[in-house]
Amino acid sequence: MDQDWVVVANDLVKTYKMGEVEVNALRGASVKIARGEVVSIMGPSGSGKSTMMNILGCLDRPTSGEYTLDGEVVAAMTDDQLASVRNRKVGFVFQSFNLLSRQTALFNVELPLRYAGRVENRRQRAAEALKAVGLEDRMTHRPTELSGGQQQRVAIARAIVNQPAIIMADEPTGNLDSKVGKEIMQLLLSLNRERGATLIIVTHDPLIAEQTQRVVRLHDGLVEFDGLAKGGAQ
Amino acid sequence: MNFSQAILEALESLGSNKMRSGLTVLGIVIGVAAVIAMLAVGTGAQDSITGSISGIGTNLLFVFRGGGHMGGGTEVRNPKPLTLQDAAAIADPFAAPSVELVAPVLQDSLLISAVGQTATVNVSGVTPDYFPLRNYTLTEGEAITEENLLGRASVAVIGPETADTLFGRHDGLVGEQITIEGQPFRIIGVLSAKGGGMFGSEDNQVLIPYSAAQTRLIQRRTRDQVDMLLVQVVDSESVPSAVEQVSAILRTRHRTEIGADDFTVFSQQDFLQTAAAITSVLTIFLGGIAAISLLVGGIGIMNIMLVSVTERTKEIGLRKALGARKRDILIQFLTESSLLSLFGGIIGILFGWLISFIVEKVAVASGTPFYPRIGLDAILLATIFSAAVGLFFGIYPANRAANLEPVEALRYE
Repeated sequence: MDQDWVVVANDLVKTYKMGEVEVNALRGASVKIARGEVVSIMGPSGSGKSTMMNILGCLDRPTSGEYTLDGEVVAAMTDDQLASVRNRKVGFVFQSFNLLSRQTALFNVELPLRYAGRVENRRQRAAEALKAVGLEDRMTHRPTELSGGQQQRVAIARAIVNQPAIIMADEPTGNLDSKVGKEIMQLLLSLNRERGATLIIVTHDPLIAEQTQRVVRLHDGLVEFDGLAKGGAQ
Repeated sequence: MNFSQAILEALESLGSNKMRSGLTVLGIVIGVAAVIAMLAVGTGAQDSITGSISGIGTNLLFVFRGGGHMGGGTEVRNPKPLTLQDAAAIADPFAAPSVELVAPVLQDSLLISAVGQTATVNVSGVTPDYFPLRNYTLTEGEAITEENLLGRASVAVIGPETADTLFGRHDGLVGEQITIEGQPFRIIGVLSAKGGGMFGSEDNQVLIPYSAAQTRLIQRRTRDQVDMLLVQVVDSESVPSAVEQVSAILRTRHRTEIGADDFTVFSQQDFLQTAAAITSVLTIFLGGIAAISLLVGGIGIMNIMLVSVTERTKEIGLRKALGARKRDILIQFLTESSLLSLFGGIIGILFGWLISFIVEKVAVASGTPFYPRIGLDAILLATIFSAAVGLFFGIYPANRAANLEPVEALRYE
């Protein structure tokens, strides 16, 4: 039976030029992710996991290789086409939250909708997203008036407001203490269970990876391990 | 993003750093205010000068001895002086039908005293026709009459400023005595104030009968010699033909039919054109200097926007990650720079108006009525120019922001 693949990446190569030296961040990595999966991408620093995340999140293009995200062939797109794909298909959650500090939570969540062109009920959809992360009573607060956990919840609301094909979380608990970090992981996993969101978590923390169904471990720009999280996270 | 959202967001962003935005706006304010004020002062000066030239009288010709001076013609050797007989010939309605009135004038700076005060004042020997010709009116007394002229009477009409200098007042002076170069004259009239004019202040002068000046005060080398002939033309259309008629008469009388004229006829329009040319050069010059400060203000905007782009690199990266296209970022930063220059423009126009207002008050208080005029063209020019400055100097920083790589920008600390 055919799987419903959201992410199909084949033989991804990414080469950076650092002056005279060429650095191969990815050397032919392939990965497929099905809709509704929860996958963690692991690997030591320099393994290419950030590059992998940037390419899967359409922030960057591979030097060679094929990448199809939710049916769209991304590899050869222009900057503006990529921006449009990010806007519609990808929700980002960053380690350092990356909220606009001068704006309210509601505005921050609305931001992707603003770039989406004509969107009906923008405010209402942003409010619903904030409700989904349990912040319905904090909508008019600014990030400076929120705790770290609450800020990350706002960021998650921002990531889901466009109902993207994948949610890309880059060390989502990295700046939080363990208790709050657990809550955030629970929230992300519950979004997967309840809304069927496809979740890609980039982390180096085995405890986080253990909570996902599947681990993709990178080493030296190649996929070293791809399998069930149990045991693979170590 | 639609337009009003972009403006609201830009306002919020500018408002979050009020000091910096304020100082940037100040640069534009000074530039626009300077342009507005300088153009207003220039136009005001033009109005004032052309006004005072028109105020000399209407449809006047000025006839001077000698070729070339003022007009630019060739210098003539031994120019014949203009005489009373020349004046009489020009006044002949058959020879010069376009001429309405002719007034010969003798002029000199002479020492005048009264009640212990002395002053050196421009004294003119004139005929009765001089008064209507120059549009002179009197606040009291009467003008010089034909009888005064025939009797070489020792009477004088004095300007209000001269009256103030000598008597400390300019009313109730008819019948008072003044001495000109030691000779007693009786005041028969006081001129109304006219303000500054072409040939110094017209309020500071003394008019006496031509005959009295000729015989007793202002001696010239030949008898009947006059310094200047003032000619009034019947109407403005006849000015060119009047110039021709006057020139023809003088050529015949001076026997200069062949070769260069030994006199110069200058019309009021010539003065007006010359003055207008000078003042518009002045206005362009002043406006140009002011425009430089507007340019400096624009560079200030560019500077601040570049700082702002660098500071907000991470924000730009985030916005791009969330789906902002190049155009969105470009519009965001251009909106900010345009708003800065727009505010600067509006405040600058008000400020420039204030400066012109103060200049006017100072000028009026110091006795030179002078009205800076802010034309719609100046306001339009300043607005368009400042908006252009904002856009032009905003494009580079905005482009830089729009072209940031999202990956690089997100990583920026």
